Amino acid sequence: MKALILVGGFGTRLRPLTLTLPKPLVEFANKPMILHQIEALVKAGVTDVVLAVNYKPEVMASVLKKYEEKFGIKITFSVENEPLGTAGPLALARSILCKDDSPFFVLNADVTCDYPFKEMLAFHTAHGCEGTILATKVEEPSKYGVIVTESNSSLIKCFVEKPVEFVGNRINAGIYIFNPSIVDRIELRPTSIEKEIFPAMAANEQLHTFDLEGYWMDVGQPKDFIAGTCLYLSSLAKKQPELLASPVDNDFVNGGNVLVHPTAVIGNGCKIGPNVSIGPNVIIGDGVRLEKCVIMEDVQIKSYSFVRNSIVGWHSSVGSWSRLDGVSVLGDDVHINDEIYVNGAQILPHKSISANVTEPKIVM
Amino acid sequence: MNKAVILVGGPSRATRFRPLSMNLPQPLFPVGGKPIIWHQVNALSKTPGITEIILLGLFEAHVFKSFLDQCTLEFPKIEFKYLREFALLGTAGGLFHFRDQIMHGNTKNIFLLYTDICSAFPLTELLEKHEQSKSIGTIMVKKVPRELASNYGCVVADSEKKMALHYVEKPETYVSDLVSTGVYVFTTEIFKLMSEIIEERSKELSNLPKKAFHDNFGNIHDSLRLEQDVLQKMASEHNLGIYITDTFWRQIKSAASAVPANAEYLMQTQKSNPSMLAKQNPEGPTIIGSVYIHPSASVDPTAKIGPNVSIHSRVSIGAGARIKNSIILDNVVVRDYAAVINAIVGWNGKIGRWARVEGNPCNDLNDHEYVTSAGVKINSICILGQETIVKNEVFVRSSIVLPYKEISSDKHNEILM
Repeated sequence: MKALILVGGFGTRLRPLTLTLPKPLVEFANKPMILHQIEALVKAGVTDVVLAVNYKPEVMASVLKKYEEKFGIKITFSVENEPLGTAGPLALARSILCKDDSPFFVLNADVTCDYPFKEMLAFHTAHGCEGTILATKVEEPSKYGVIVTESNSSLIKCFVEKPVEFVGNRINAGIYIFNPSIVDRIELRPTSIEKEIFPAMAANEQLHTFDLEGYWMDVGQPKDFIAGTCLYLSSLAKKQPELLASPVDNDFVNGGNVLVHPTAVIGNGCKIGPNVSIGPNVIIGDGVRLEKCVIMEDVQIKSYSFVRNSIVGWHSSVGSWSRLDGVSVLGDDVHINDEIYVNGAQILPHKSISANVTEPKIVM
Repeated sequence: MNKAVILVGGPSRATRFRPLSMNLPQPLFPVGGKPIIWHQVNALSKTPGITEIILLGLFEAHVFKSFLDQCTLEFPKIEFKYLREFALLGTAGGLFHFRDQIMHGNTKNIFLLYTDICSAFPLTELLEKHEQSKSIGTIMVKKVPRELASNYGCVVADSEKKMALHYVEKPETYVSDLVSTGVYVFTTEIFKLMSEIIEERSKELSNLPKKAFHDNFGNIHDSLRLEQDVLQKMASEHNLGIYITDTFWRQIKSAASAVPANAEYLMQTQKSNPSMLAKQNPEGPTIIGSVYIHPSASVDPTAKIGPNVSIHSRVSIGAGARIKNSIILDNVVVRDYAAVINAIVGWNGKIGRWARVEGNPCNDLNDHEYVTSAGVKINSICILGQETIVKNEVFVRSSIVLPYKEISSDKHNEILM
């Protein structure tokens, strides 16, 4: 089995975190985004992974080399000279995707969900058509491109972009499985798979939809990264509660969904949760309140501080009686002094903050 | 012998001191651990020849009774009296009305102080200057930054900086950077001058057609403004001496300005009476700078307090709490890990765990910037009126909260009615 992951560019939407690490390596619930996807793909029997990238940072090559060894798979970088959109990369990687007749997965690197690759494959093989789109249901379909199927069927009839009237609430989840023949539909030029390839496939009655169970989130920007973490942790609480901090054994757990790396140290009198992810070697002082936040590796959260709805990047520190809120994002090695209030600030790496940031802004 | 009159205003005054004046008359509000007016009484008690201190205002007499009873015990050599003005007579009208009582007993000099100021009150120096100048009155003035001068009464001094040449109240344009501190000393001659002013004015009035003015201005000759009517005349007649002080001084007009006043008095207490202030000890909380903690208050040893904090009676401060540049009034409970910074927490208030109450530091510039009902312009100390409850984890920032409100979501730059 083969898979292509659409990584794309520099991940500017997830800055300041992506100023330090390429987006696929930014830890989502203590594990690089791309590792979540590779693990799920390996489980479904994938042995060949293609990363479609606009650039190839050294750090990514070396990390993925490790994954190749760990999982016994082949990872290939397919580097675009110009951005090829969402379909072009398939044509660029033709030699790998079309090396045999087996279908291949395509996924957007920003999407998190309970990847149902095995089920998708079984479904795809059963209907025998060229492609299957994973679909997720949303509350407000008017904001998305909606999939319209034949009645009582999974066969896609058409797509309606940002429908004014309700035509359905299934949207494209950014994860697909295709037969190699799809590559014949794609020229090697910037092409949108959603706008140019799918409508043609639907017209040929070659495209089915498969419903995703559970959560789904595009985590390409900080607000959604936090929301996606919440969804992932909620899902973990149902499926693998043993990976989360137990509210029975840990007084500090409040409301559940708290992921604490085994090397993290937590002080007395803290109240943590719901929806908190704490990375390796993190030190949390006494009387700290954390809620709906992501604390990355080597961070120090000093006593009596308050962090909510924020991301604290690697090697950063938050001073005593400081308060972070409103989707604040601290880049690598950012230091917040004692008693400081930070609201919705995106702070670039290696900064020290000694005055309140009361309104959302970027601190260069 | 010398006497002093402190002008305490009335209940309908001091609206800028809301919401704190809704519970307590402004003169009795505590800064530096003592009522605002106590600092004036204390300074007067150290001034030579003071035998009597009179509070003059529109409040009902009982308002100051217990305060004056305490003063009588604390300052046994001085007689205390409250004189109630029966009507709005202007800042000097009340003084004139009670002139016989004030002059009674061979009074030589009369100190006159407004209550809404804080200062080191160098009254002895003021008196010396006054006696040297042999003028009817001497005004204590302070040099302020040029751009702030128009907020005050401005005094133009002669070349030797001894006598005032001109007095003008809150001029629109720049006149002088020497401003009135609201502290004066007069000889009893001032009452003669006041009589003259009133006489002149009634003469002017009687020359006008009576019908046109009588209804509206029936009592106008009783109303007398100290600044515009009396001081201006004194200055123009070269009868107003000046004493320039370089000690601390600021107005306590808005409720927010109580915080810097508190800080000034605490720093002064650090020098004059350090035993009144909290000291760092191994079993106690971390103390930074000047901090007053009432003996009946309890503060957890893991809390960090200061600088410039007053914690009043029966207050309870929880574990890991942080209090900085704030006044915490009687019976307030600050629960664990809460932070109170640049704020006043009113009587019986409750601040929840991990809650935060924070204002911007008050300075000369933003204290004059008034707040709008839309709440956008509030840019100062955070003030919680009596019995405000701030729920756990809630942040109240740069807001003013009227009494008896419960706050369960974050508030920024708002007035909460």
